[in-house]
Amino acid sequence: MIYLDNAATTRPKPPGVAEAVAEAMASCGNSGRGVHEDALFAARMVYGVRQRLAEWFGCPRADHVAFTPNSTAALNIAIGGLLRPGDHVISTDWEHNSVLRPLYRLRDRGMDLDFLSADRRGRLDYGGLEELLRPNTRAVVCTHASNLTGDMADIARVGAFARAHGLLFILDASQTAGSFPIDMVSQGLDVVCFTGHKSLLGPQGTGGLCVGEGVDIRPCLVGGTGVQSFLETQPEEWPTRLEAGTLNSHGLAGLGAALGYLEQMGRDAVRAHECGLARRFYEAVCNLPGVTVYGDFTGEERAPIVTLNIGDLDSSEVSDELAERFGIATRPGAHCAPRLHRALGTEAQGAVRFSWGWANTEEETDAAAEAVQLLAAEARL
Amino acid sequence: MRERIERCVVTFRTTAGAMAMERACREAGLPGRLIPAPRAITAGCGMCWAAPPEAREALEELVIKKYLDVDGFYAIII
Repeated sequence: MIYLDNAATTRPKPPGVAEAVAEAMASCGNSGRGVHEDALFAARMVYGVRQRLAEWFGCPRADHVAFTPNSTAALNIAIGGLLRPGDHVISTDWEHNSVLRPLYRLRDRGMDLDFLSADRRGRLDYGGLEELLRPNTRAVVCTHASNLTGDMADIARVGAFARAHGLLFILDASQTAGSFPIDMVSQGLDVVCFTGHKSLLGPQGTGGLCVGEGVDIRPCLVGGTGVQSFLETQPEEWPTRLEAGTLNSHGLAGLGAALGYLEQMGRDAVRAHECGLARRFYEAVCNLPGVTVYGDFTGEERAPIVTLNIGDLDSSEVSDELAERFGIATRPGAHCAPRLHRALGTEAQGAVRFSWGWANTEEETDAAAEAVQLLAAEARL
Repeated sequence: MRERIERCVVTFRTTAGAMAMERACREAGLPGRLIPAPRAITAGCGMCWAAPPEAREALEELVIKKYLDVDGFYAIII
């Protein structure tokens, strides 16, 4: 199988990740539950990963990195814990349902919500930000890169807008954490939500949120923490306030190993490899008759994603043909990005997403391009 | 049971705080180790840093210098 569905989850994981998980399963007690060596082994390892992620994302304090099972949980905590009915929030048409559904739920409870719109080519109209501003606007929630097209949001511009108006800036870094530079301080980010299993190359079931100092998120889950057991409420202190229940120390051990790989290979070098392959594929397919590629390829900086359709073929049919006939794994359908599909006019057809990872090769990329070329030619018959 | 002696005990409100303390003490070469918090100073079930009494001043300086999140310092016999 040529795996080109890395935007869903990177596969395979780098050397050392599975081994770290296996070692943790053999060695980890429960972090923060007990003070024997096995519990301390887990607690030290978890804290080490916490500290490294704080450095990765420019989070001022390691204890302001809270772990969750995934980005969706992190976004639910950030959105649900910061926003209330009566607030107004600005988001974008690029968002994934992990952002949209928590926002819609709050909207149904009385929060006001507006979206920066995308045009038929998927481009966001940043000039519309000022027009969306209201006296009760409290936050901007924005993805760093579209999971559908790979286009990057201009977070410098969004961050400047948020700062200028005293708004919270919540970033969904699901498609970029581990690949692209993220610095909470210089980029004016109040919360960064990330998943461990995509560009961070770690196991599924890992993720979290980095929270700026002074950003007061109400806990979503409450429960066991291993500390302050006689307190009837969730402890206020970070990161415990956002980490009820046993942490996934096994997965976090794998995430730590994945960070080690990225640090050893160089984040920018890994990204350059992935983006180079995506660009190579784009160049090979963008002018094929009958092939429509979505997104903006005029700039260099974009996530390693190329999404396309062939004629008016159902994207599911194309993806299935790619898998069954050519052994190429892609993702068809709606990609949990309903607003951008509507903007692109692909609501019914969906689209076929190709996405690259650290392990992909030029040969695989060329094979995928040739498969698209063949399918496009057959579609014209 | 081992003989009880006076110890300087530092308590924390979070496991992350305890981990930061342990790491900072190791880096600074200060003595001590993490132990379960004794009942005399906490009704919780957390961990604390236990060190010889003479290390207290250095530990307090370290806590200030590294902005460590500690709950309190105690001199107790454990």
